Amino acid sequence: MNSSIQKQLNEAPNHMLYFSTIAAILLALLIWSIAGVNYTGVEDRGLEFAGNIIKGILTPDLEFLFDFTKQGVPYLLFETIAIAFLGTIFGSLLAIPISFLMAPSVVGEPISFITRLFVIFVRTIPSLVYGIMLIRVTGPGAYAGVLTMSITSIGMISKLYVDVIENLDRGVLEAMTSMGCTTYEKIRYGILPQLFSSFLSTTIYRFDMNLRDATILGLVGAGGIGAPLIFAMNAYRWNEVGSILIGLVVLILLVEVLSNKLRARLVSGER
Amino acid sequence: MKETFYDKIFKPKTYTLENGKEVKQRASRVPLIIVLLVIAMYLSFQATDSDLSLIFTRGYQFFVILIAMFPPNFNYISNIWEPLFDTIQMSLLGSVAGAILAIPLALLSSGNVIRNRFVNGLFKFVLSIMRTLPTLIMALIATFVFGLGTMAGTTAIFLFTMSYIGKLMYEHIENVDMGAFEAHESMGLTKIQAFRYAIVPDVLPTYLSVSLYAFEGNIRYAAILGYVGAGGIGLVLDERLGWRDYPSVAMVLLVLMIVVFIIERISEYFRRKLT
Repeated sequence: MNSSIQKQLNEAPNHMLYFSTIAAILLALLIWSIAGVNYTGVEDRGLEFAGNIIKGILTPDLEFLFDFTKQGVPYLLFETIAIAFLGTIFGSLLAIPISFLMAPSVVGEPISFITRLFVIFVRTIPSLVYGIMLIRVTGPGAYAGVLTMSITSIGMISKLYVDVIENLDRGVLEAMTSMGCTTYEKIRYGILPQLFSSFLSTTIYRFDMNLRDATILGLVGAGGIGAPLIFAMNAYRWNEVGSILIGLVVLILLVEVLSNKLRARLVSGER
Repeated sequence: MKETFYDKIFKPKTYTLENGKEVKQRASRVPLIIVLLVIAMYLSFQATDSDLSLIFTRGYQFFVILIAMFPPNFNYISNIWEPLFDTIQMSLLGSVAGAILAIPLALLSSGNVIRNRFVNGLFKFVLSIMRTLPTLIMALIATFVFGLGTMAGTTAIFLFTMSYIGKLMYEHIENVDMGAFEAHESMGLTKIQAFRYAIVPDVLPTYLSVSLYAFEGNIRYAAILGYVGAGGIGLVLDERLGWRDYPSVAMVLLVLMIVVFIIERISEYFRRKLT
Protein backbone atom coordinates (compact mmCIF):
# COMPACT_ATOMS: atom_id res chain seq x y z
CA MET A 1 0.00 0.00 0.00
CA ASN A 2 1.13 3.53 -0.67
CA SER A 3 3.13 4.70 2.35
CA SER A 4 1.42 8.11 2.56
CA ILE A 5 -1.98 6.45 2.64
CA GLN A 6 -0.72 4.09 5.35
CA LYS A 7 0.49 7.12 7.33
CA GLN A 8 -2.83 8.88 6.95
CA LEU A 9 -4.63 5.74 8.07
CA ASN A 10 -2.51 5.49 11.21
CA GLU A 11 -3.12 9.14 12.00
CA ALA A 12 -6.88 8.78 11.87
CA PRO A 13 -8.29 9.08 15.39
CA ASN A 14 -9.15 5.75 16.92
CA HIS A 15 -12.74 5.72 18.17
CA MET A 16 -12.72 2.07 19.11
CA LEU A 17 -12.59 2.65 22.86
CA TYR A 18 -15.28 5.35 22.71
CA PHE A 19 -17.65 3.23 20.64
CA SER A 20 -17.10 0.09 22.68
CA THR A 21 -17.77 1.99 25.92
CA ILE A 22 -21.04 3.30 24.55
CA ALA A 23 -21.96 -0.12 23.21
CA ALA A 24 -21.18 -1.73 26.59
CA ILE A 25 -23.29 0.83 28.48
CA LEU A 26 -26.15 0.36 26.05
CA LEU A 27 -25.93 -3.42 26.33
CA ALA A 28 -25.92 -3.27 30.13
CA LEU A 29 -28.99 -0.99 30.08
CA LEU A 30 -30.70 -3.32 27.65
CA ILE A 31 -30.09 -6.38 29.81
CA TRP A 32 -31.37 -4.43 32.79
CA SER A 33 -34.51 -3.60 30.81
CA ILE A 34 -35.10 -7.14 29.65
CA ALA A 35 -34.81 -8.30 33.24
CA GLY A 36 -37.19 -5.55 34.32
CA VAL A 37 -40.01 -6.04 31.87
CA ASN A 38 -41.78 -9.03 33.25
CA TYR A 39 -43.11 -11.21 30.51
CA THR A 40 -46.13 -12.75 32.10
CA GLY A 41 -47.07 -14.74 29.06
CA VAL A 42 -50.12 -14.26 26.92
CA GLU A 43 -53.36 -13.99 28.84
CA ASP A 44 -55.51 -17.10 28.75
CA ARG A 45 -57.94 -15.46 26.40
CA GLY A 46 -55.35 -13.08 24.92
CA LEU A 47 -55.13 -14.67 21.51
CA GLU A 48 -58.87 -14.89 21.36
CA PHE A 49 -59.01 -11.12 21.96
CA ALA A 50 -56.42 -10.47 19.28
CA GLY A 51 -58.41 -12.61 16.88
CA ASN A 52 -61.61 -10.82 17.82
CA ILE A 53 -60.09 -7.42 17.19
CA ILE A 54 -58.89 -8.48 13.76
CA LYS A 55 -62.27 -10.05 13.04
CA GLY A 56 -63.93 -6.82 14.19
CA ILE A 57 -61.82 -4.74 11.82
CA LEU A 58 -62.54 -7.07 8.92
CA THR A 59 -66.28 -7.11 9.63
CA PRO A 60 -67.00 -3.59 10.88
CA ASP A 61 -70.39 -2.47 12.03
CA LEU A 62 -71.30 -0.77 8.74
CA GLU A 63 -74.46 0.80 10.08
CA PHE A 64 -72.43 2.51 12.80
CA LEU A 65 -69.68 3.48 10.33
CA PHE A 66 -72.09 5.29 8.01
CA ASP A 67 -74.49 6.59 10.63
CA PHE A 68 -74.67 10.32 10.02
CA THR A 69 -76.50 11.17 13.23
CA LYS A 70 -74.78 12.43 16.35
CA GLN A 71 -73.98 8.90 17.53
CA GLY A 72 -72.33 7.71 14.33
CA VAL A 73 -68.66 7.46 13.45
CA PRO A 74 -68.68 10.38 10.97
CA TYR A 75 -69.97 12.83 13.58
CA LEU A 76 -67.55 11.55 16.23
CA LEU A 77 -64.69 11.99 13.77
CA PHE A 78 -65.95 15.47 12.94
CA GLU A 79 -65.98 16.33 16.64
CA THR A 80 -62.41 15.02 16.96
CA ILE A 81 -61.32 17.17 14.01
CA ALA A 82 -63.02 20.18 15.57
CA ILE A 83 -61.19 19.62 18.86
CA ALA A 84 -57.83 19.29 17.12
CA PHE A 85 -58.51 22.26 14.86
CA LEU A 86 -59.53 24.73 17.58
CA GLY A 87 -56.82 23.41 19.88
CA THR A 88 -54.19 23.98 17.21
CA ILE A 89 -55.43 27.50 16.47
CA PHE A 90 -55.49 28.55 20.13
CA GLY A 91 -52.18 26.80 20.79
CA SER A 92 -50.40 28.47 17.92
CA LEU A 93 -51.77 31.88 18.89
CA LEU A 94 -50.51 31.36 22.45
CA ALA A 95 -47.19 30.13 21.13
CA ILE A 96 -46.44 33.34 19.21
CA PRO A 97 -45.72 35.59 22.24
CA ILE A 98 -44.05 32.70 24.08
CA SER A 99 -41.75 31.96 21.17
CA PHE A 100 -40.65 35.60 20.98
CA LEU A 101 -39.93 35.49 24.71
CA MET A 102 -37.91 32.33 24.11
CA ALA A 103 -35.68 33.85 21.43
CA PRO A 104 -32.40 35.12 22.94
CA SER A 105 -31.89 37.51 20.02
CA VAL A 106 -35.17 39.28 20.85
CA VAL A 107 -35.31 39.46 24.67
CA GLY A 108 -31.80 38.56 25.80
CA GLU A 109 -30.40 35.51 27.56
CA PRO A 110 -31.96 35.65 31.08
CA ILE A 111 -35.60 36.04 30.03
CA SER A 112 -35.18 33.49 27.26
CA PHE A 113 -33.77 30.97 29.74
CA ILE A 114 -36.65 31.45 32.18
CA THR A 115 -39.21 31.09 29.39
CA ARG A 116 -37.49 27.93 28.16
CA LEU A 117 -37.68 26.40 31.65
CA PHE A 118 -41.36 27.33 31.80
CA VAL A 119 -42.03 25.66 28.46
CA ILE A 120 -40.23 22.47 29.56
CA PHE A 121 -42.46 22.50 32.62
CA VAL A 122 -45.60 22.92 30.51
CA ARG A 123 -44.51 20.27 28.02
CA THR A 124 -43.77 17.47 30.48
CA ILE A 125 -47.15 17.36 32.18
CA PRO A 126 -49.07 14.64 30.33
CA SER A 127 -52.11 15.79 28.39
CA LEU A 128 -54.40 13.62 30.49
CA VAL A 129 -53.44 15.57 33.63
CA TYR A 130 -54.36 18.83 31.89
CA GLY A 131 -57.58 17.18 30.86
CA ILE A 132 -58.47 16.50 34.49
CA MET A 133 -57.56 20.04 35.52
CA LEU A 134 -59.55 21.63 32.72
CA ILE A 135 -62.66 19.55 33.22
CA ARG A 136 -63.06 21.52 36.43
CA VAL A 137 -63.30 24.68 34.32
CA THR A 138 -65.59 23.52 31.53
CA GLY A 139 -67.22 20.36 32.73
CA PRO A 140 -66.75 17.12 30.80
CA GLY A 141 -67.01 17.41 27.05
CA ALA A 142 -65.27 18.46 23.91
CA TYR A 143 -64.50 21.97 25.17
CA ALA A 144 -62.16 20.57 27.83
CA GLY A 145 -60.44 18.72 25.01
CA VAL A 146 -60.00 21.93 23.04
CA LEU A 147 -58.35 23.69 25.97
CA THR A 148 -56.14 20.68 26.69
CA MET A 149 -54.98 20.58 23.09
CA SER A 150 -54.22 24.31 23.21
CA ILE A 151 -51.92 23.89 26.20
CA THR A 152 -50.18 20.74 25.04
CA SER A 153 -49.54 22.24 21.61
CA ILE A 154 -47.66 25.22 22.99
CA GLY A 155 -44.44 23.33 23.77
CA MET A 156 -43.62 21.94 20.36
CA ILE A 157 -45.01 24.84 18.34
CA SER A 158 -43.06 27.47 20.23
CA LYS A 159 -39.88 25.39 20.02
CA LEU A 160 -40.17 25.26 16.24
CA TYR A 161 -41.21 28.93 16.00
CA VAL A 162 -38.10 29.98 17.90
CA ASP A 163 -35.86 28.24 15.36
CA VAL A 164 -37.51 30.28 12.61
CA ILE A 165 -37.18 33.54 14.55
CA GLU A 166 -33.53 32.87 15.33
CA ASN A 167 -32.77 32.10 11.68
CA LEU A 168 -34.35 35.30 10.30
CA ASP A 169 -32.30 36.81 7.52
CA ARG A 170 -31.19 40.10 9.03
CA GLY A 171 -29.69 41.30 5.76
CA VAL A 172 -33.16 42.06 4.48
CA LEU A 173 -33.87 44.32 7.46
CA GLU A 174 -30.56 46.13 7.07
CA ALA A 175 -31.27 46.69 3.40
CA MET A 176 -34.69 48.10 4.27
CA THR A 177 -33.23 50.39 6.92
CA SER A 178 -30.74 51.72 4.40
CA MET A 179 -33.62 52.37 2.00
CA GLY A 180 -35.34 54.44 4.69
CA CYS A 181 -38.27 52.15 5.46
CA THR A 182 -40.33 52.79 8.57
CA THR A 183 -40.59 50.23 11.38
CA TYR A 184 -44.05 49.23 10.22
CA GLU A 185 -42.83 48.63 6.69
CA LYS A 186 -39.88 46.64 8.00
CA ILE A 187 -42.15 44.36 9.99
CA ARG A 188 -44.75 44.04 7.23
CA TYR A 189 -42.41 43.45 4.28
CA GLY A 190 -39.21 42.33 5.99
CA ILE A 191 -40.19 40.08 8.87
CA LEU A 192 -43.72 38.78 8.29
CA PRO A 193 -43.09 37.19 4.87
CA GLN A 194 -40.10 35.36 6.33
CA LEU A 195 -41.99 34.08 9.36
CA PHE A 196 -45.42 33.45 7.94
CA SER A 197 -44.94 30.40 5.75
CA SER A 198 -42.72 28.61 8.27
CA PHE A 199 -45.13 29.34 11.11
CA LEU A 200 -48.04 28.12 9.03
CA SER A 201 -46.19 24.96 8.07
CA THR A 202 -45.41 24.22 11.74
CA THR A 203 -49.03 24.81 12.67
CA ILE A 204 -50.33 22.45 9.99
CA TYR A 205 -47.86 19.81 11.15
CA ARG A 206 -49.06 20.22 14.71
CA PHE A 207 -52.68 19.87 13.59
CA ASP A 208 -51.72 16.52 12.14
CA MET A 209 -50.27 15.47 15.51
CA ASN A 210 -53.14 16.91 17.53
CA LEU A 211 -55.61 14.88 15.55
CA ARG A 212 -53.82 11.75 16.73
CA ASP A 213 -53.65 12.96 20.32
CA ALA A 214 -57.28 14.10 20.35
CA THR A 215 -58.30 10.47 20.09
CA ILE A 216 -56.98 9.71 23.57
CA LEU A 217 -58.65 12.60 25.38
CA GLY A 218 -61.80 10.52 25.68
CA LEU A 219 -60.06 8.60 28.48
CA VAL A 220 -60.62 11.43 30.92
CA GLY A 221 -63.97 12.49 29.49
CA ALA A 222 -62.66 15.34 27.36
CA GLY A 223 -64.62 14.48 24.23
CA GLY A 224 -63.65 13.09 20.87
CA ILE A 225 -63.81 9.58 19.50
CA GLY A 226 -61.67 8.08 22.28
CA ALA A 227 -64.49 7.55 24.76
CA PRO A 228 -66.80 5.52 22.47
CA LEU A 229 -63.79 3.46 21.39
CA ILE A 230 -62.87 2.57 24.95
CA PHE A 231 -66.47 1.85 25.92
CA ALA A 232 -66.80 -0.43 22.92
CA MET A 233 -63.60 -2.23 23.83
CA ASN A 234 -64.51 -2.74 27.44
CA ALA A 235 -67.90 -4.08 26.40
CA TYR A 236 -66.23 -6.40 23.83
CA ARG A 237 -68.26 -4.94 20.98
CA TRP A 238 -65.52 -5.67 18.47
CA ASN A 239 -67.48 -4.74 15.36
CA GLU A 240 -67.95 -1.23 16.73
CA VAL A 241 -64.25 -1.11 17.65
CA GLY A 242 -63.49 -2.13 14.08
CA SER A 243 -65.62 0.62 12.54
CA ILE A 244 -64.12 3.30 14.80
CA LEU A 245 -60.58 2.16 14.06
CA ILE A 246 -61.26 2.11 10.32
CA GLY A 247 -62.71 5.61 10.45
CA LEU A 248 -59.76 6.83 12.47
CA VAL A 249 -57.10 5.32 10.22
CA VAL A 250 -58.73 6.65 7.06
CA LEU A 251 -59.13 10.13 8.54
CA ILE A 252 -55.58 10.36 9.85
CA LEU A 253 -54.06 9.07 6.62
CA LEU A 254 -56.12 11.58 4.60
CA VAL A 255 -55.11 14.48 6.81
CA GLU A 256 -51.48 13.39 6.66
CA VAL A 257 -51.44 13.32 2.87
CA LEU A 258 -53.16 16.73 2.71
CA SER A 259 -50.87 18.27 5.30
CA ASN A 260 -47.75 16.95 3.52
CA LYS A 261 -48.97 18.44 0.23
CA LEU A 262 -49.79 21.80 1.80
CA ARG A 263 -46.50 21.99 3.65
CA ALA A 264 -44.47 21.06 0.58
CA ARG A 265 -46.23 23.88 -1.24
CA LEU A 266 -45.57 26.35 1.57
CA VAL A 267 -41.88 25.48 1.70
CA SER A 268 -41.26 25.55 -2.05
CA GLY A 269 -43.60 28.51 -2.55
CA GLU A 270 -45.20 27.00 -5.64
CA ARG A 271 -48.83 27.19 -6.45
CA MET B 1 -49.50 32.00 -16.17
CA LYS B 2 -52.09 29.26 -16.08
CA GLU B 3 -55.55 30.48 -15.21
CA THR B 4 -57.16 28.47 -12.45
CA PHE B 5 -60.80 28.45 -11.49
CA TYR B 6 -60.15 31.06 -8.80
CA ASP B 7 -58.55 33.43 -11.32
CA LYS B 8 -61.66 33.39 -13.47
CA ILE B 9 -63.78 34.75 -10.64
CA PHE B 10 -61.27 37.20 -9.21
CA LYS B 11 -59.55 38.68 -12.23
CA PRO B 12 -55.77 39.08 -11.93
CA LYS B 13 -54.43 42.62 -11.96
CA THR B 14 -52.65 43.56 -15.17
CA TYR B 15 -49.63 45.84 -15.22
CA THR B 16 -48.15 47.27 -18.42
CA LEU B 17 -44.37 47.56 -18.21
CA GLU B 18 -42.35 50.34 -19.89
CA ASN B 19 -41.43 48.07 -22.77
CA GLY B 20 -45.10 47.43 -23.47
CA LYS B 21 -45.13 43.94 -22.01
CA GLU B 22 -48.13 42.94 -19.94
CA VAL B 23 -47.65 41.24 -16.60
CA LYS B 24 -50.46 39.76 -14.55
CA GLN B 25 -50.53 39.54 -10.79
CA ARG B 26 -52.88 37.00 -9.29
CA ALA B 27 -55.52 38.31 -6.96
CA SER B 28 -54.60 37.47 -3.39
CA ARG B 29 -56.02 34.22 -2.09
CA VAL B 30 -55.89 35.44 1.48
CA PRO B 31 -59.58 36.55 1.62
CA LEU B 32 -60.74 33.11 0.48
CA ILE B 33 -58.51 31.39 3.05
CA ILE B 34 -59.76 33.68 5.81
CA VAL B 35 -63.38 33.00 4.90
CA LEU B 36 -62.74 29.25 4.94
CA LEU B 37 -60.93 29.51 8.28
CA VAL B 38 -63.77 31.49 9.83
CA ILE B 39 -66.33 28.94 8.62
CA ALA B 40 -64.21 26.08 9.97
CA MET B 41 -63.82 27.83 13.31
CA TYR B 42 -67.53 28.52 13.55
CA LEU B 43 -68.35 24.87 12.86
CA SER B 44 -65.73 23.74 15.36
CA PHE B 45 -67.09 26.05 18.03
CA GLN B 46 -70.53 24.57 17.42
CA ALA B 47 -69.31 20.98 17.48
CA THR B 48 -67.30 21.34 20.66
CA ASP B 49 -69.70 23.66 22.52
CA SER B 50 -66.80 26.00 23.11
CA ASP B 51 -67.61 29.14 25.03
CA LEU B 52 -64.73 31.51 25.54
CA SER B 53 -66.43 33.46 28.31
CA LEU B 54 -66.17 30.35 30.50
CA ILE B 55 -62.41 30.85 30.67
CA PHE B 56 -62.89 34.21 32.32
CA THR B 57 -65.68 33.22 34.66
CA ARG B 58 -64.40 29.82 35.69
CA GLY B 59 -60.76 29.92 34.64
CA TYR B 60 -59.59 30.08 38.25
CA GLN B 61 -60.77 26.48 38.66
CA PHE B 62 -57.79 25.43 36.54
CA PHE B 63 -55.44 26.61 39.25
CA VAL B 64 -57.27 24.84 42.07
CA ILE B 65 -55.43 21.57 41.43
CA LEU B 66 -52.23 23.37 40.54
CA ILE B 67 -52.20 25.21 43.85
CA ALA B 68 -53.15 22.08 45.76
CA MET B 69 -49.98 20.53 44.37
CA PHE B 70 -47.75 22.79 46.42
CA PRO B 71 -45.68 21.95 48.27
CA PRO B 72 -44.89 18.61 46.57
CA ASN B 73 -44.90 15.59 48.84
CA PHE B 74 -41.19 14.72 48.88
CA ASN B 75 -41.73 11.67 51.05
CA TYR B 76 -43.62 10.07 48.23
CA ILE B 77 -40.44 9.71 46.18
CA SER B 78 -39.70 6.26 47.62
CA ASN B 79 -42.84 4.98 45.89
CA ILE B 80 -41.86 6.50 42.56
CA TRP B 81 -38.52 4.80 41.84
CA GLU B 82 -39.91 1.43 40.85
CA PRO B 83 -42.57 2.59 38.38
CA LEU B 84 -40.10 5.16 37.06
CA PHE B 85 -37.54 2.46 36.28
CA ASP B 86 -40.36 0.40 34.77
CA THR B 87 -41.12 3.30 32.46
CA ILE B 88 -37.49 3.69 31.42
CA GLN B 89 -37.10 -0.04 30.90
CA MET B 90 -40.30 -0.23 28.87
CA SER B 91 -39.29 2.58 26.56
CA LEU B 92 -35.68 1.42 26.22
CA LEU B 93 -36.60 -2.16 25.37
CA GLY B 94 -39.47 -1.11 23.12
CA SER B 95 -37.33 1.45 21.30
CA VAL B 96 -34.35 -0.86 20.75
CA ALA B 97 -36.47 -3.78 19.58
CA GLY B 98 -38.53 -1.45 17.39
CA ALA B 99 -35.45 0.19 15.91
CA ILE B 100 -33.87 -3.16 15.05
CA LEU B 101 -37.00 -4.61 13.45
CA ALA B 102 -37.55 -1.37 11.56
CA ILE B 103 -34.49 -2.12 9.41
CA PRO B 104 -35.91 -5.12 7.51
CA LEU B 105 -39.28 -3.37 7.20
CA ALA B 106 -37.63 -0.24 5.81
CA LEU B 107 -35.59 -2.29 3.34
CA LEU B 108 -38.67 -4.19 2.20
CA SER B 109 -40.50 -0.89 1.67
CA SER B 110 -37.75 0.81 -0.31
CA GLY B 111 -38.23 0.62 -4.03
CA ASN B 112 -34.52 0.84 -4.79
CA VAL B 113 -33.51 -2.14 -2.62
CA ILE B 114 -36.31 -4.62 -3.21
CA ARG B 115 -37.48 -4.11 -6.75
CA ASN B 116 -40.96 -5.44 -6.30
CA ARG B 117 -43.72 -2.89 -6.33
CA PHE B 118 -46.23 -5.15 -4.69
CA VAL B 119 -43.95 -5.94 -1.71
CA ASN B 120 -43.00 -2.25 -1.32
CA GLY B 121 -46.59 -1.11 -1.39
CA LEU B 122 -47.74 -3.77 1.04
CA PHE B 123 -45.10 -2.94 3.66
CA LYS B 124 -45.56 0.81 3.24
CA PHE B 125 -49.27 0.33 3.80
CA VAL B 126 -48.68 -1.78 6.92
CA LEU B 127 -46.25 0.81 8.30
CA SER B 128 -48.66 3.70 7.78
CA ILE B 129 -51.56 1.90 9.40
CA MET B 130 -49.48 1.00 12.44
CA ARG B 131 -48.26 4.57 12.71
CA THR B 132 -51.78 5.93 12.52
CA LEU B 133 -53.12 4.09 15.53
CA PRO B 134 -52.49 6.19 18.64
CA THR B 135 -50.02 4.57 21.04
CA LEU B 136 -52.51 4.56 23.86
CA ILE B 137 -55.03 2.60 21.80
CA MET B 138 -52.32 0.09 20.88
CA ALA B 139 -51.45 -0.20 24.57
CA LEU B 140 -55.10 -0.79 25.35
CA ILE B 141 -55.27 -3.59 22.81
CA ALA B 142 -51.99 -4.98 24.17
CA THR B 143 -53.40 -5.10 27.71
CA PHE B 144 -56.19 -7.30 26.38
CA VAL B 145 -53.63 -9.67 24.90
CA PHE B 146 -50.83 -9.65 27.47
CA GLY B 147 -52.73 -8.69 30.56
CA LEU B 148 -52.04 -5.61 32.68
CA GLY B 149 -48.39 -4.75 33.18
CA THR B 150 -45.21 -3.58 31.56
CA MET B 151 -45.33 -6.16 28.77
CA ALA B 152 -48.35 -4.45 27.25
CA GLY B 153 -46.65 -1.05 27.39
CA THR B 154 -43.46 -2.42 25.86
CA THR B 155 -45.43 -3.96 23.01
CA ALA B 156 -47.23 -0.69 22.27
CA ILE B 157 -43.98 1.27 22.29
CA PHE B 158 -42.29 -1.38 20.18
CA LEU B 159 -44.97 -1.29 17.49
CA PHE B 160 -45.07 2.48 17.37
CA THR B 161 -41.27 2.85 17.23
CA MET B 162 -41.00 0.24 14.51
CA SER B 163 -43.50 1.99 12.28
CA TYR B 164 -42.12 5.46 12.97
CA ILE B 165 -38.46 4.60 12.32
CA GLY B 166 -39.44 2.30 9.46
CA LYS B 167 -41.21 5.12 7.64
CA LEU B 168 -38.46 7.69 8.12
CA MET B 169 -35.81 5.17 7.07
CA TYR B 170 -37.45 4.01 3.87
CA GLU B 171 -37.93 7.64 2.89
CA HIS B 172 -34.22 8.17 3.48
CA ILE B 173 -33.10 4.96 1.76
CA GLU B 174 -35.20 5.75 -1.30
CA ASN B 175 -33.44 9.09 -1.60
CA VAL B 176 -29.94 7.66 -1.27
CA ASP B 177 -27.68 8.36 -4.23
CA MET B 178 -27.42 4.96 -5.93
CA GLY B 179 -24.37 6.05 -7.94
CA ALA B 180 -21.94 4.93 -5.25
CA PHE B 181 -23.70 1.58 -5.03
CA GLU B 182 -23.46 1.04 -8.77
CA ALA B 183 -19.80 2.11 -8.76
CA HIS B 184 -19.01 -0.45 -6.07
CA GLU B 185 -20.86 -3.13 -7.99
CA SER B 186 -19.03 -2.32 -11.20
CA MET B 187 -15.75 -2.67 -9.32
CA GLY B 188 -16.68 -6.28 -8.67
CA LEU B 189 -18.16 -6.15 -5.17
CA THR B 190 -21.13 -8.32 -4.42
CA LYS B 191 -24.52 -6.70 -3.78
CA ILE B 192 -24.17 -7.12 -0.04
CA GLN B 193 -20.66 -5.68 0.02
CA ALA B 194 -21.76 -2.76 -2.12
CA PHE B 195 -24.66 -2.18 0.23
CA ARG B 196 -22.30 -2.29 3.21
CA TYR B 197 -19.86 0.27 1.81
CA ALA B 198 -22.13 2.52 -0.26
CA ILE B 199 -25.51 2.70 1.48
CA VAL B 200 -24.82 1.94 5.14
CA PRO B 201 -22.43 4.86 5.81
CA ASP B 202 -24.97 7.21 4.25
CA VAL B 203 -27.96 5.91 6.18
CA LEU B 204 -26.43 4.99 9.55
CA PRO B 205 -26.16 8.48 11.13
CA THR B 206 -29.79 9.26 10.28
CA TYR B 207 -30.87 5.89 11.60
CA LEU B 208 -29.13 6.37 14.94
CA SER B 209 -30.35 9.93 15.25
CA VAL B 210 -33.95 8.99 14.46
CA SER B 211 -33.76 6.09 16.93
CA LEU B 212 -32.53 8.37 19.69
CA TYR B 213 -35.28 10.83 18.92
CA ALA B 214 -37.87 8.07 19.03
CA PHE B 215 -36.55 6.90 22.39
CA GLU B 216 -36.80 10.43 23.73
CA GLY B 217 -40.41 10.69 22.66
CA ASN B 218 -41.19 7.21 23.94
CA ILE B 219 -40.25 8.17 27.49
CA ARG B 220 -42.98 10.77 27.31
CA TYR B 221 -45.47 8.31 25.87
CA ALA B 222 -44.50 5.61 28.36
CA ALA B 223 -45.38 8.02 31.13
CA ILE B 224 -49.05 8.03 30.17
CA LEU B 225 -49.40 4.38 29.22
CA GLY B 226 -50.22 3.57 32.82
CA TYR B 227 -53.65 5.05 32.24
CA VAL B 228 -54.78 1.94 30.43
CA GLY B 229 -52.97 -0.32 32.88
CA ALA B 230 -49.89 -0.81 30.74
CA GLY B 231 -47.47 -0.30 33.60
CA GLY B 232 -44.99 2.40 34.46
CA ILE B 233 -45.21 5.77 36.13
CA GLY B 234 -48.60 6.56 34.60
CA LEU B 235 -50.09 3.93 36.87
CA VAL B 236 -48.95 5.82 39.97
CA LEU B 237 -49.99 9.12 38.44
CA ASP B 238 -53.45 7.84 37.69
CA GLU B 239 -53.82 6.31 41.14
CA ARG B 240 -52.72 9.46 42.98
CA LEU B 241 -54.99 11.62 40.81
CA GLY B 242 -57.82 9.28 41.64
CA TRP B 243 -57.15 9.75 45.35
CA ARG B 244 -56.88 13.52 44.81
CA ASP B 245 -53.47 13.33 46.48
CA TYR B 246 -52.16 16.31 44.54
CA PRO B 247 -48.88 16.87 46.44
CA SER B 248 -47.83 13.35 45.45
CA VAL B 249 -48.97 14.00 41.89
CA ALA B 250 -46.70 17.02 41.89
CA MET B 251 -43.81 14.87 43.07
CA VAL B 252 -44.41 12.34 40.29
CA LEU B 253 -44.53 15.14 37.72
CA LEU B 254 -41.38 16.71 39.11
CA VAL B 255 -39.41 13.46 38.92
CA LEU B 256 -40.76 12.83 35.43
CA MET B 257 -39.72 16.29 34.36
CA ILE B 258 -36.16 15.83 35.62
CA VAL B 259 -35.81 12.43 33.96
CA VAL B 260 -37.21 13.65 30.64
CA PHE B 261 -34.93 16.69 30.80
CA ILE B 262 -31.81 14.58 31.43
CA ILE B 263 -32.65 12.07 28.72
CA GLU B 264 -33.40 14.85 26.25
CA ARG B 265 -30.04 16.47 27.00
CA ILE B 266 -28.14 13.20 26.49
CA SER B 267 -30.00 12.37 23.32
CA GLU B 268 -29.55 15.91 21.96
CA TYR B 269 -25.81 15.73 22.67
CA PHE B 270 -25.40 12.52 20.69
CA ARG B 271 -27.71 13.62 17.89
CA ARG B 272 -25.66 16.78 17.42
CA LYS B 273 -22.53 14.65 17.25
CA LEU B 274 -24.10 12.46 14.59
CA THR B 275 -24.90 15.27 12.19
